[in-house]
Amino acid sequence: MTAGGWYEPGSSPVHRVPAGWKFAALLALAAAVFALRSPVWLGGICAAVVLAYGVARVSLRRCAGVARSLGVLAAFVFAVQWWLLGADRALVVCLRVVTALAAANLFTITTRIDDVVAAVEGGLGPLRRFGVRPDRIGLIVGLTLQAVAALSAIAAEVREAARARGAQRSVTAFAVPFLVRTLRHADELGEALAARGEGDR
Amino acid sequence: MIEFEDVGHRYGERVVLSGVDLRLAERRVAFVGANGSGKSTLARMINGLVLPASGRVLVDGLDPARQGREVRRRVGFVFTNPDSQIVMPTAGEDVAFSLRRSGLSRRERAERAAEVLAEYGLAGYADHPAHQLSGGQKQLLALCAMLALDPAVLVCDEPTTLLDLRNKRRFAEMLTGLRQQVVMVTHDLDLLDGFDRVVVLDGGRVVADDEPGPALRHYRALVT
Ligand SMILES: Nc1ncnc2c1ncn2[C@@H]1O[C@H](COP(=O)(O)OP(=O)(O)O)[C@@H](O)[C@H]1O
Ligand SMILES: [Mg+2]
Repeated sequence: MTAGGWYEPGSSPVHRVPAGWKFAALLALAAAVFALRSPVWLGGICAAVVLAYGVARVSLRRCAGVARSLGVLAAFVFAVQWWLLGADRALVVCLRVVTALAAANLFTITTRIDDVVAAVEGGLGPLRRFGVRPDRIGLIVGLTLQAVAALSAIAAEVREAARARGAQRSVTAFAVPFLVRTLRHADELGEALAARGEGDR
Repeated sequence: MIEFEDVGHRYGERVVLSGVDLRLAERRVAFVGANGSGKSTLARMINGLVLPASGRVLVDGLDPARQGREVRRRVGFVFTNPDSQIVMPTAGEDVAFSLRRSGLSRRERAERAAEVLAEYGLAGYADHPAHQLSGGQKQLLALCAMLALDPAVLVCDEPTTLLDLRNKRRFAEMLTGLRQQVVMVTHDLDLLDGFDRVVVLDGGRVVADDEPGPALRHYRALVT
């Protein structure tokens, strides 16, 4: 089980681009992709993103994972758009979505959360005057990712326990322990944060 | 020095601690007792996570009820479940999180974090996703996150309950070498070799307070 796109350490050129620039490039690419209409241009950018995966030396296992999830999504989007708008438009929409998501995925694979956070904090620095606390962003990003990992782990364990008792179809056999364990996790997490001095200032 | 002065506590109507008077100056102190005897409540009072309903607690003369921040800087706390103590995506970032108010630059924090991880058997794991570590490694990470701040006291609430035997031993070995004063709540009585003092709780009261040998004899007599 993987909980979304996690950083994969490396020293490739893509890894070494400063997080702020990479983030700006990602935004620019997303904007371009949604502005362009030519399937040829879109196909070109999509190919460039695929190439960047090679430059970043992302493991094949990881690439396969991304390809699988994007493939399923692309097939679904294509089918729906084809039905609504026709094949040409469907291809364009599909290329847009796949290119933007593939690029975003590459970003998370090659960029440490800490660096993203620092870049965002730097960008938000001027907002400090208005009471925004950029230093909080790091904790929020960290806790969000932690929550995704923790909740999927709890869900997997609870589902397994329900199956062991032959109750895989029962909603309550899942919902009740899931809720209880989620609340307990939240409790323990709050306590651990307090012990680490969060809330002391 | 950790002092409990006539400490009592209750949750609603239920009295969970009463008349606890302790002065803990030994390097290695353990709290043992049956489930529900009040060990965790007492341990949490040391860093102000729980404030006593009556009496008072002092850590090096500081009162956690009024100087919580200073006390928590002096006292590290390791909980039972490592999954709820790790708040950052990678091991290095999690240790660096502890250093966020140290005045070090981001790079210095990352370097310091890597050093601490290496010191406690997690060399090379700084960039490793924290949630993919083994249970034993996660608990070591939780320990590193506390030790990065070099606290004077380390409180551990059943830190090995969720670990297998090998990892229990490993964790205990790590604790043995620490310069910190350690206060440990535990059911793993074989972890208490080398402890200076064992406090036995029963129904919220101290019923024995001695060296491990006699204290544990008392504890065993209590459960049988
Ligand atoms: N937050 C709480 N609310 C109500 N009762 C609690 C709470 N925490 C602990 N208790 C009760 O206080 C008693 C002592 O708990 P605790 O200190 O956790 O004991 P121990 O760690 O020795 O098992 C238990 O009876 C427990 O049910
Ligand atoms: Mg307890």
